[in-house]
Amino acid sequence: MKMTRRAMLAGLALPATAGMANTTYLIHPVAVEDGIWMIHGDDAPIHFSNGGAIANIAIIDTPVGTLLVDSGPSLRYGRTLKAVAEGLTGKPVIRVYVTHLHPDHGMGIAAFDPAIIAALPQAITDMARDGRGFSDALYRLLGDWMRGTELVLPGRKITEASEDFGGRRLRLMALAGHSAGDLALLDEQTGLLIGGDLLFHDRAPATPTADLPRWRTSLDSLAKLPHRAALPGHGPFDPTGQEAIAQTRDWIDWLEDALTAAVRSGLDMVEAGSVPIPARFAGMAAARYELQRSVSHFYPGLEAKWLPRVDMPEG
Amino acid sequence: MARCRFLQLLIAMLPLAMAMPALARSPYPDDPLQSPMWTAHARLIFGDDPVRFDPRIQLLYPQVAENQRSFPVALDARGVGPVKRMVIFADLNPIPIAIDYRPDLAEPYIATRIKLDQRTPVRGAVQLASGQWLVAGGWVDAAGGGCSAPPVGRITGDWAAHLGEMRGEAWPMGTQGSSRLRITFRHPMDTGLVANIPTYAIEEMTVRSDSGTMLGQMALFASVSEDPAITLIPRVAPGAILSIVARDTNGRTYAAKVPVARQSASVLAPQP
Repeated sequence: MKMTRRAMLAGLALPATAGMANTTYLIHPVAVEDGIWMIHGDDAPIHFSNGGAIANIAIIDTPVGTLLVDSGPSLRYGRTLKAVAEGLTGKPVIRVYVTHLHPDHGMGIAAFDPAIIAALPQAITDMARDGRGFSDALYRLLGDWMRGTELVLPGRKITEASEDFGGRRLRLMALAGHSAGDLALLDEQTGLLIGGDLLFHDRAPATPTADLPRWRTSLDSLAKLPHRAALPGHGPFDPTGQEAIAQTRDWIDWLEDALTAAVRSGLDMVEAGSVPIPARFAGMAAARYELQRSVSHFYPGLEAKWLPRVDMPEG
Repeated sequence: MARCRFLQLLIAMLPLAMAMPALARSPYPDDPLQSPMWTAHARLIFGDDPVRFDPRIQLLYPQVAENQRSFPVALDARGVGPVKRMVIFADLNPIPIAIDYRPDLAEPYIATRIKLDQRTPVRGAVQLASGQWLVAGGWVDAAGGGCSAPPVGRITGDWAAHLGEMRGEAWPMGTQGSSRLRITFRHPMDTGLVANIPTYAIEEMTVRSDSGTMLGQMALFASVSEDPAITLIPRVAPGAILSIVARDTNGRTYAAKVPVARQSASVLAPQP
């Protein structure tokens, strides 16, 4: 309802603002399970045209209030999200989970009371370290979309293995690999796994803070869960629950092999970012973009590992 | 454009003016990138030599500057004939030129990583044996500070422990009698633009054959990324030994020998 009114207002205001960039977030939650909605982010890089709204978000209705998993990139997004979610459930937001440190998931918490925002201790530490830099980067890319957004840290450290909201219980899993602290959640009532950025689906995984062996271990744990479906951090809903897990693993395995082969056969970084991407990833959004980012993340380390030392003592 | 036509008209109407030298007109072609620094850099790098933008030379780089301290670039001028010099520069960097390379006995190809201090044109310029310069490049969007933030090795504090470490390998390239050399250095490549850290950078590097023949030589500047990595294609056969010598602004020398492998490793990854 609120969206319709907002859209109408935006339409009425158009003549007055003609020529100005439209910086209103259009948030469309889609029901995916009983009492759970997914907001599908743009499966693209962070860009002014999408306002940085690229991460998926979950809205969960419980007997005692509304829960959110992730909060979007900005104060404006967080405020719109809060209004949309509360309009949907008719209950106030009482908990916001932040799955990991990255700003497309966590800068929107600026719209909420820090006391209701929960994240893994590691993620909070990492946000305190990198948040300022992320904030600068988003302001540079997104301009007015970010207006008023301040860096806020979650006020609650997740140390418990589950949290109960009037009978709706969420299992909270402290994992790692996409970052040093990745939260995954399992809704016990529906069997829905909310994977955060441990899961990418039809959208290439991003690796700026990745530890690939730990990521594989985490994917192993997720694959063994008794879940029925999965809501990935980026990309469409996965009704099978296993496809996003398998696809994420397939990509990071291929990525490591391809970059290792590139270093060992003498390619430079530009060439490594231009290697063919296998046909099975053809449906993956932002594949070339993420490959080239990953080259930047991993290449120096792989060179140090695979190129032999050749220096002679200083004479 | 309109201004150019106006000038032409003026010249046509005043025959006397044609005899006057230097009508305050830039001797360089109009910059397709519309960079504010084009003429200044052109004067510095090209001087009185002829210049043109030419699609036959390629400056290759990724679609996103993921790390403004280390932006990969490759300048490829294979197929345009003999090349004397290859220059990689970024117009709006405080240290614009990154590398000035002379491929004496090498294919005209060089790849490295550079710092970007802001959104800037990044260019490659190639001088043919005739003296003609060919230029290519594009605007690259980047977060600021690549040249004015301290290098990672200064932050972690371990740069001195690894200074002078070199890694490298060389592989034969097909049938052309050329080999691909990759060489990396551990070096902070301090720009002098960070408070209380003076300029400290590798400033020259040569690659010679085992008999001492100069294959390629270059001047490097502090806008080359920390821990420089360089890819060249010297004309040597499998089994040859490449001798690499570099020197930094403190006079420290760096020397390495890299044998060219007997076999190409291209089975591992497709060569572009």
